Amino acid sequence: MSQAIARKEAPLQQVPDHPLEDLIRSDRIPHIWCPGCGIGTAFAATLAAMKASGQDLSSTCMVSGIGCSGRAAGYVKLDSFHTTHGRAIPFATGLKLGNPRLNVVVFSGDGDLFAIGGNHFIHAARRNIPLTVICLNNLNYGMTGGQVAATTPYLARTTTTPAGNTEAPFNLPLLAWAAGASFVARWTILHIRELTDCIQKAMLKNGFAFIEVLGPCPINYGRRNKEKPLQTLKLYQEQTIIRNQADPSDLEIDFSKKVVLGEFVDKERSTCIENYDKTCRLL
Amino acid sequence: MTGDEACAEGALAAGCRFFGGYPITPATEIAEHMSERLPGVGGTFIQMEDEIAAMASVLGAAWAGQKSMTATSGPGFSLMMENIGLAACTETPCVVVNVQRAGPSTGLPTMGAQADMMQVRWGSHGDYEIIALAPCSAQEIFYQTITAFNLSERYRTPVFIMTDEIIGHMSEKVVIPPADQIRAEDRPKPQGRKDRFLLYKPGPNGVAPMPAAGDGYNVHVTGLTHDEKGYPVMSIEAQEQMMTRIKNKILNNLDDIIITEDHHLEDAEIVIVSYGISARTSMAAMQQARAMGWKVGFLRLVTVWPFAERQIRALAERVKAFVTVEINLGQIHLEVTRAAAGKAACHLVGHHGGAIISPDKVLAAIEEVL
Repeated sequence: MSQAIARKEAPLQQVPDHPLEDLIRSDRIPHIWCPGCGIGTAFAATLAAMKASGQDLSSTCMVSGIGCSGRAAGYVKLDSFHTTHGRAIPFATGLKLGNPRLNVVVFSGDGDLFAIGGNHFIHAARRNIPLTVICLNNLNYGMTGGQVAATTPYLARTTTTPAGNTEAPFNLPLLAWAAGASFVARWTILHIRELTDCIQKAMLKNGFAFIEVLGPCPINYGRRNKEKPLQTLKLYQEQTIIRNQADPSDLEIDFSKKVVLGEFVDKERSTCIENYDKTCRLL
Repeated sequence: MTGDEACAEGALAAGCRFFGGYPITPATEIAEHMSERLPGVGGTFIQMEDEIAAMASVLGAAWAGQKSMTATSGPGFSLMMENIGLAACTETPCVVVNVQRAGPSTGLPTMGAQADMMQVRWGSHGDYEIIALAPCSAQEIFYQTITAFNLSERYRTPVFIMTDEIIGHMSEKVVIPPADQIRAEDRPKPQGRKDRFLLYKPGPNGVAPMPAAGDGYNVHVTGLTHDEKGYPVMSIEAQEQMMTRIKNKILNNLDDIIITEDHHLEDAEIVIVSYGISARTSMAAMQQARAMGWKVGFLRLVTVWPFAERQIRALAERVKAFVTVEINLGQIHLEVTRAAAGKAACHLVGHHGGAIISPDKVLAAIEEVL
């Protein structure tokens, strides 16, 4: 009791605010992400990029699907939508079309955006609807305990591929490029500065912008594939190579060779909103 | 115009400015009409990649502040169920039209039925309440679509128009009144301090006001069980509080929501219960029965869900029997039976789907009961 009073009466230490304090729902902390998880770093980069972009944050929204990365929308102090599994992009499409003045950022995981939500992804890219889609790729389904994903490397072990994955993973930037995305990039959570700059650029892009962010899932993926948290980061450091404008077909993720990072596509193409206004509204 | 076109015109008159659709027989004409008309009134039409996406886009547009809708039929309705659940959970106003065709599965795409009446009530997982209206003519689709939007805005809930292939494709005279004679309701907007706003704190009628994205409220909307602030709370108490609110905003306003039409119920010994296209069969059967001197009345369910339980229960005290007429094998019939609670006999004049029920069949059933 006396200790408690003493603590109360002690002068408050001046703790500097977290630089992203105003963008975080601090009343929802602690978050659910595991120690060593990469999502928090990608999330922080996204928030930093939002601030740096100069966009009006009161009209900036975040939409997520389901899964570990899908929880991001619950921690950002913006209009934020935690939707159904795989449906963040079509929800975001309605949000953007309902009010084109909104800046809409989709933040979700690889399972959500590319397995159950894969169809929505390619169609949004084809339409070139102005959305910033950030995919945290941790190579597996983390929330449910580490099952095989559409991004899990060949022969990698997960709880549903105990003998090793017999399928080939998606090359996400290749898919985005083929579907018509205006902006396509890949970074890892170790490349925080490049990633932040890249997200900022993507947010200012008038068109469908996609960024794949590689992040470790030590608890569920690393553990079963003999990859300690720091080893994954070491791979991100040593086994990656930055090559902007690389051929999208050269972007497979195989850490036994070099994994290519960088900005691969940055082109101008009219958006479906501009085309609708021009063609249907006769503006 | 056709029922489908009247539906689209009703939506526009109600202030609908977003349609996210996917083609499906026999609902496609609603999407076609909206694609032509929406851009001219400042709205947006989009054909999505499937019905899952269509429904998701409708919710997104609703949170952007638009009155939004979609229209489909059985197979598409099944796909929409996932995000219909999200709409119920996040209390998102929207209107979904189901132009019913015979099922299950692909069924009879070009032939009518009324067999999705239980699916609309319970199709998404979990407990929740919805509102479903069943129009019986093109003119009525026009007005009921406006009512559907008004109810969805008033109660922040998905509202369904349960029509069918027959009305959807039938051409009838439709009178569209001048705009100033149409009452279009908007969702209540929050007032007061933005930082103290609670997204799900019920107002006087049990419904919370709803801001749009970009209004400065920093709302958090989730399909997880949430508290009044909208934040996820994984507890039994939060679940109970959320469920109570979602149920009660409908159950405490039944008088405002349930619309029925009474025909000759005063002295009726036998009451036909029906809705949608089968109401027209029932009306003809009742008139013929009356001409023969039979004491037959007709209760038309304009609102099918929530169910007019109180009306059925009261009638069961004094009538001999109910005859439910519907193009399915006994869906609302079971509800009537439940509400009648053994106090009156309950009969079904049903159909496997694909055609209108003839009044003769209804008369034959009545004759047997007499």
